[in-house]
Amino acid sequence: MAIRERLSGNEAVAYAIRQINPDVMPAFPITPSTEIPQYVANYIANGKVDTEFIHVESEHSAMSAAIGACAAGARAVTATSSCGMALMWEELYVAASDRLPIVLALVNRALSGPININADHSDSMGARDTGWIQIYAESNQEVYDNFLQAYPIAEHEAVHLPVMICQDGFITSHGVENILLAEDDRVKEFVGEYCPAHYLLNEKEPMALGPYAVSNYYMETKRGQREAMENARQVILEVAERFEKMTGRKYGFFEEYRMEDAEYVIVIIGSAAGTCRAAVDRIREVSGKKAGLLKIRVFRPFPEKELAEALKDKKAVAVLDRSEMFSATGGPLGTEVRSALYGVKSQAEVVNYFYGLGGRDITVEDFEEVYVKLEELAQTRVVKDMYAYIGLREK
Amino acid sequence: MKKHAKDMRTAGHKECVKGTAQERNSNQMKSKDIHEKSPWQDITEGNQIYEPATSRGFHTGEWRVSTPVYKEEKCRQCLLCVPVCPDSSIPVSEGKRREFDYDHCKGCGICAKVCPFGAIEMKEGK
Repeated sequence: MAIRERLSGNEAVAYAIRQINPDVMPAFPITPSTEIPQYVANYIANGKVDTEFIHVESEHSAMSAAIGACAAGARAVTATSSCGMALMWEELYVAASDRLPIVLALVNRALSGPININADHSDSMGARDTGWIQIYAESNQEVYDNFLQAYPIAEHEAVHLPVMICQDGFITSHGVENILLAEDDRVKEFVGEYCPAHYLLNEKEPMALGPYAVSNYYMETKRGQREAMENARQVILEVAERFEKMTGRKYGFFEEYRMEDAEYVIVIIGSAAGTCRAAVDRIREVSGKKAGLLKIRVFRPFPEKELAEALKDKKAVAVLDRSEMFSATGGPLGTEVRSALYGVKSQAEVVNYFYGLGGRDITVEDFEEVYVKLEELAQTRVVKDMYAYIGLREK
Repeated sequence: MKKHAKDMRTAGHKECVKGTAQERNSNQMKSKDIHEKSPWQDITEGNQIYEPATSRGFHTGEWRVSTPVYKEEKCRQCLLCVPVCPDSSIPVSEGKRREFDYDHCKGCGICAKVCPFGAIEMKEGK
């Protein structure tokens, strides 16, 4: 029987870390992820885990120490947000190219400037090309569930890539919700022991990791990383299947809500999906219009084929981004969804919206308005603005 | 790490590793097996190399475009060239400098500049 609790997203991640009892946690505090290392430090002080906590002087050092620990043969974890992650930037690439299965609990927060502490995906979206697997959550339950699945994915021999478990700052990280927790022994069995085939502290096998690789080797190394990312697709689904057997909760690359007969669809990542779901229900009840929702869980690797299949026959699709990328053509999710649909020659109209930047609220009414615009778009088939805003003050 | 450190240093991850390190090792590529013709499938993940001290095989002297030539007959063994070499490529034994370590000399020419006796000449190429 699962344990019924009420926890914040940060508490849920810390609880999962306690259950997994990783070997090393180097971390540096930054709002809104500070509580994660803080709670873990409590677990350590109270003898609940024997994780080695490293008090580092910056996030650059936190990720460096995680890389060192993982290369040595330890299971490593860290947590950060926003500018903290920006300070890890160099090491994010090293962790991925060294193929180290580190898990990072990322609490999404807007990047400076202007300085802002609220939910926005600019930190993780900026890191989308680093070679990390990225898994996003709508609720505290999903953050916890995703975190438990992180190591089995990262450490799988066909993958060996670091994983970022993302949740929205404050909205899920500090909001307390009901949650179902798995028992410690079942979690331990599910996650298993970390068994690296090669590690630096093995005196029977002297080895080098991450050496200088000039132009003769760099390209082949990157191709290898792509292979691991492609393998991750299958592994993510297998781990989700095993997770479902343990908890009954089902996960995939994305969640489809009322999509079977949907004509107008919103594609979104993260906590705002809950608000969108309420809008879908209200629209279907009030007008009977066929609204649907597709919530992305796995952004890296990008589930291009599956996504295109799910969207290609819809009349109109709005892709909602919670981070700018200043290509002046749209946001990261919008661009990739549009690209996926181009590949299957879909006739669906696609528009891209920005919402919630720097923590701006989005309401059920806002979502309803997007569905109205999608309906208009499906009729007129004229896209006035490929790249619009929700909740922006304008003259 | 605390948990594993002892195991890792002695017998590997005892609980989980199948076969000894040597057995697993025998299937692993050594640095000689990885070269500039290796297809991407043969490049190990994380560019791992399963042997120690492979940096010895990496000759930075290959980058050289001009080369110092040691004229032993002009040399008075003042040893001024030795400490200025940024690549420690002028070996000394029994109080005397010896022939250049061309595996690591990058041909910067500082030694030739500092020599008061014209005992080091720079020539074009490797």
